[in-house]
Amino acid sequence: MDWFYSFPNMNDDTLRNLKKAMDEGFKAFTRQYGDVIESFFQPLQYFLIQAERFMTTTPWPVMIVLIGGIAWIASRNWKIVGGTILTLLLIGYFDMWSDAMKTIAMIFVGTVVSIVVGIPIGIVMARSDGFQRMVNPILDVMQTMPSFVYLIPVVMLLGIGKVPGLIAVVIYAIPPMIRLTNLGIRLVDKDVLEAADAFGSSSWQRLRNVQIPLALPTIMAGINQTIMMALAMVVIASMIGVQGLGQPVLRSVNGQFFSLGLFNGLAIVGIAIIFDRVSQAYGKRLQKHQEVVHG
Amino acid sequence: MADRSVQGAGIKIKNLYKIFGQRPQAYVEAVKKGMSKTELNEDHGHVLGLRDINIDMPAGCIQVVMGLSGSGKSTLIRHINRLIDPTAGEVIIDGADVCKMNQNDLRQFRRHKTAMVFQKFALLPHRTVLDNTVYGLEIQGLSREKQEEQARRWIGRVGLKGFEDHYPNQLSGGMQQRVGLARALTNDAPILLMDEAFSALDPLIRMDMQSVLLDLQKEIKKTVVFITHDLDEALRLGDRIAILRDGEVVQQGTGQDIVLQPADEYISSFVKEVNRGRVIMVDTIATQSGAPSATGGVIVKTGTILEEAAKTMTDANQQYATVVDDNGKPTGVISMNNLIQAMVTPISHLTSKAAAE
Repeated sequence: MDWFYSFPNMNDDTLRNLKKAMDEGFKAFTRQYGDVIESFFQPLQYFLIQAERFMTTTPWPVMIVLIGGIAWIASRNWKIVGGTILTLLLIGYFDMWSDAMKTIAMIFVGTVVSIVVGIPIGIVMARSDGFQRMVNPILDVMQTMPSFVYLIPVVMLLGIGKVPGLIAVVIYAIPPMIRLTNLGIRLVDKDVLEAADAFGSSSWQRLRNVQIPLALPTIMAGINQTIMMALAMVVIASMIGVQGLGQPVLRSVNGQFFSLGLFNGLAIVGIAIIFDRVSQAYGKRLQKHQEVVHG
Repeated sequence: MADRSVQGAGIKIKNLYKIFGQRPQAYVEAVKKGMSKTELNEDHGHVLGLRDINIDMPAGCIQVVMGLSGSGKSTLIRHINRLIDPTAGEVIIDGADVCKMNQNDLRQFRRHKTAMVFQKFALLPHRTVLDNTVYGLEIQGLSREKQEEQARRWIGRVGLKGFEDHYPNQLSGGMQQRVGLARALTNDAPILLMDEAFSALDPLIRMDMQSVLLDLQKEIKKTVVFITHDLDEALRLGDRIAILRDGEVVQQGTGQDIVLQPADEYISSFVKEVNRGRVIMVDTIATQSGAPSATGGVIVKTGTILEEAAKTMTDANQQYATVVDDNGKPTGVISMNNLIQAMVTPISHLTSKAAAE
């Protein structure tokens, strides 16, 4: 009855050998292809470094005017612009300016990569049920797998640094982009699609004239979610050497510095709120035509 | 399109069948041999959409297809531009079978030969009236200048001048459907497909839109296929009417044919409610007998509806009128008596059928 009380698990030796084989296999793969993969991500690293250099070397008053200007163009709302500038001033006053800029650069690049990769995947998913069935479980894994687990192979392949951090951020932040693009396109009114067909639209014309514009509010919600999730990864990414607001937080956990952690944490929250309000206001402005309803 | 007088292209629908389900091809033969709709549905889980449809739609006419919901009328109109693929049969337009076209030909055919107006308008909500109207021409790849020139002309023609920069949501239902009509007309295709185009509008606006369409048709002379569930609308618009029931054509002909000789009880039950004075023409009741001398000079043309003839005669205070053809040659005489008789709905349609034969 022994098997009844203790689970008849795999033989200890077999299990050890299996793990060893997997580890060694992956290590061999790393040794063989590490350089190739690293050079594949070279452009990403260049992009990231340029963005970070721009953000940190531009004098702070210019940066505040620039970010305030973007907030105005996107939202056309003085309250949001005022809140944005105030938050940035406070971050600077509490001596977190350069860390905050590094974090914003990281979020910016992470979001751009997520959009560039995510939207096409979402579009293909909306067009093919088979592809959707294949991608959905992968997205589930990406969202639920603890980030530390996929950090291991990424670090083994690319070492500690910006690019592995960026990959970790993108893996975590891209699922809502893909899912909401797919959903937005699938929810487009069938009658309007039929009309587009009846006038002889090619599938590209249909996508460009009807599906993307009508799915845009949902896609914007996806972009907003992606930004928020990218920010949530900042602290975890700092564990593998990503600079920015995450590192002081990590240090304060190790050294029990309450106020240091709190200030940097609040700075992350502040940046999150700026991104959220500005991108949501932009999304709403895109839907202006739907607000004015015939009485 | 050298001949501008009749711009439309005729449409010939031959032996068209549509079965919805997993394996429609497997049941075509059985349906052709007479398997009923119920049997197909209950024993084989397939739905019979259309059975052996044969309609010949002449160029430049308004062909109405009438039927209640579920009769297959919307399915039928979607076969003409193949938004729905048939299970068997042919749709011949300009000598080509639409059902056999490849994707590319079909796209070209839809761009240049047909334009469609939808029951729920199906406008692009993010585009202004003008940008919606140019849609067909934009797809064809015309220059923006030409697109706008055409679009502005038709927007004016349907009475929406000044609304070019409004969004669909800012317009009432009737105005939105005018945009739908302008969008279809801007395409300048010989065939205009209208799927219950006015059904979602309230009665007064609907009458108004019918007038707009009839008015335009005098000028554009396209082949219009108009789907409706409303017999009054069918009679008002249709040069020819086909009545559909359970996916089959039960009767086709002119409005007058259908009112005077309903093919079965089903059609009679519709026809009962119709204002006959607006459908039946004087030719039908004119007789060779009677005294032309006693008509007092009141003349009505062939093709005049009874209601108008009655008005002419009452205005002139006459009991008789002479019916003349287009050349002014007398073809018969009508009396107020048989005018009124014909306008009143007979108690049984069987008697009217007998009388007409």
